[in-house]
Amino acid sequence: MEILTAWLQGLPGFGGMSDQGLFITGAALMATLMFTVMALCAIVFTWMERKVAGFIQSRYGPMRTGRWHGWAQAVADMLKILGKEDIIPAEADKGLFVFAPLLVLLGSLLAWAAVPWAPGFSAANLDLGLFYIFAASSMVVMGILMAGWASNNKWALYGAARGAAQMVSYEIPLALATIPVIMHVGSLNTQDIVVAQQGGILNWFVLRDPFLFIAFWMYFIASIAETNRGPFDMPETESELVAGYHTEYTGMRFAFFFLAEYANLFLVSVIAVMVFLGGWWSPIPGLDFAPALTFVIKGVLMVFLNMWVRWTLPRVRVDQLMYLCWKVMIPVTLLCIVGSGVLMITSGALG
Amino acid sequence: MATGDKNLTGWADQDHVPGIKSELLELNMGPQHPATHGVLRLLLKTDGEIVYQVTPVIGYLHRCAEKIAEGVNYKQWVVYTDRFDYLAPVCCNHAYVTAVEKLLKPEVPERAEHLRIVTAELSRIASHLIALATFGLDMGAWTPLLYCFREREEILNLLERIAGGRMLYNYFVPGGVRYDVPDEQWIKDVLSFITMLETKKIKDYNDLLSYNKIFIERTADVGVIDAETAKAYACTGPVLRGSGVKFDCRRDDPYSVYHKFDFEIPVGMGEMGTVGDCWDRYMVRVREIEQSCRIIRQALDTLPEGPYQAIPLNKMVKVPAGAAYSRTESAKGEIGHYIISDGGQIAFRNKVRSPSFCNLQVVEKVGVGQMVSDLVALVGSLDIVLGEIDR
Repeated sequence: MEILTAWLQGLPGFGGMSDQGLFITGAALMATLMFTVMALCAIVFTWMERKVAGFIQSRYGPMRTGRWHGWAQAVADMLKILGKEDIIPAEADKGLFVFAPLLVLLGSLLAWAAVPWAPGFSAANLDLGLFYIFAASSMVVMGILMAGWASNNKWALYGAARGAAQMVSYEIPLALATIPVIMHVGSLNTQDIVVAQQGGILNWFVLRDPFLFIAFWMYFIASIAETNRGPFDMPETESELVAGYHTEYTGMRFAFFFLAEYANLFLVSVIAVMVFLGGWWSPIPGLDFAPALTFVIKGVLMVFLNMWVRWTLPRVRVDQLMYLCWKVMIPVTLLCIVGSGVLMITSGALG
Repeated sequence: MATGDKNLTGWADQDHVPGIKSELLELNMGPQHPATHGVLRLLLKTDGEIVYQVTPVIGYLHRCAEKIAEGVNYKQWVVYTDRFDYLAPVCCNHAYVTAVEKLLKPEVPERAEHLRIVTAELSRIASHLIALATFGLDMGAWTPLLYCFREREEILNLLERIAGGRMLYNYFVPGGVRYDVPDEQWIKDVLSFITMLETKKIKDYNDLLSYNKIFIERTADVGVIDAETAKAYACTGPVLRGSGVKFDCRRDDPYSVYHKFDFEIPVGMGEMGTVGDCWDRYMVRVREIEQSCRIIRQALDTLPEGPYQAIPLNKMVKVPAGAAYSRTESAKGEIGHYIISDGGQIAFRNKVRSPSFCNLQVVEKVGVGQMVSDLVALVGSLDIVLGEIDR
């Protein structure tokens, strides 16, 4: 944000602008940028998901639209979805039904503000950055509950109830897994977290100590559950609950859920990159030409890992999911916090 | 109540929070639902995730096939049997022609019997592959679906070359089969396909799905049908064998020339949990694929020369008056055909006992007290085909 306002100030015609004006213009620009990135990543990741699924399932995936490997398939899909009839069920709670997809989208959009793309470059350089990201993305739960309730459909209600239980539960290990890192950095500022990992792959938090390594995988598992993707896609479970909470949604409202899913997927992946995988630093020290590009590439690799898991494993049952969360993952992440803390004290990192 | 230790009836009707009346949630699973394998409708009464009552409602695919049998001649009705279990149509052909031949008593050539067994077993493999695929899909695993369909495609190609059709073959006629082996290459292709299936593909399925930890967690100890229940509900096929009962018409009431071949009958052994759980039923199918491969290899290795039809195709069949019942082992279980003939070209009555119909009824008992997800596993592991249930 500071970089952006400084850049704006240098432009002809912006020099005489007041600080407030500059801030508002910068914020508007940043918001547009973030939304574009998010919409783009939804489009790119739908295509990528199909290609990855095709690769895993020994088929091609889309091959026709746009000639080269069906690159325009996702664009065509979006256009098709825009042209669909917008149906609101007669017995639905209209207000909530309309509001729910917006809230889901908003939740995943807001969290993007604190993502550190490059040194000094994040939409909002908050001191409580990581905390803010988790807080903002937990709004998604509300949207899902609303959608399921407002649809006035029993399957949707099942999906929403499962989704709420799952997402609320998995936020705990998700956040707990990042605490060892926060202890190491001593700050919740996302920029600080990345800066602390400078100096090659061995300085990334995932390889700093064994507890952090475990914490990374705990984070990864929790993040799959948090994005409602297989093998933890309880709220949707197309073979059990038809389509879960978005059973009754059509057209653009459905697309909002879709967009939010992929935006969320990329979000949890870049958080993993930011917290554990060295953010914008390249694995070999001194090769940091394009920090933002490095950051995005790492994020896409994490997304690929996510897709790989989704297309390989069967789905767990809802009670097994809860068991895994409360009886396995939370104790393990707590252990990681303690273990990492003990290592810090013994190695004298605390001074 | 199936789960004897839990008293499930009382709970839901009580008022648990003073002043707030609670009741069971009625849920329509189907006829348009992704996990009901067609147009099955399950009427559920649930308390949250726990199912209290399951009632299968069928009849959405009824096509009056038995009544049609009273209007078309014996050869013409073979095409209707194709449409019973459209995933293993050749097995259904087999059941019907066996019944007709019990009355007609033609001298079916050995070559025809061998070809019948080869195609029927190929069809059984195809059907079992779909069973594995869709069961995996019910459990949320997409990839096995594509893998199984890839191999099924090979079978469809092979059957297309010998029978002309890809899905509905109309391959058997009373007294033989419709076409001979197209060429020697076909036999070689079948053998190489079977070798590939035995050596590589089944291992793939096992690695990907059967021994996956999540899959085992989802299916072991779930939907347990004990041997007594299975017998009481007249379950047959992999459902019965999954419960540990070693019964297979191919061995216990041999028809065609199955007695000539050496094969085993896999039964559920409760390796991952209890005998008769979903995993056992699933695994019985995987192992039956291997046994079918064995049968095909033996049948092709000893394929005799000679004619393949006892009655010319263009000759009408007049069946002597009388009644006959045949039972054969289809992919889903035991198909029974009861035919009454009044001596003409058209059957007086044709009654079909379809395995899926009987197998499905067990849901009513075993589905109670389970979670909705487990019910999906149970229905998936029964491997029903609605075309056969409704006829």
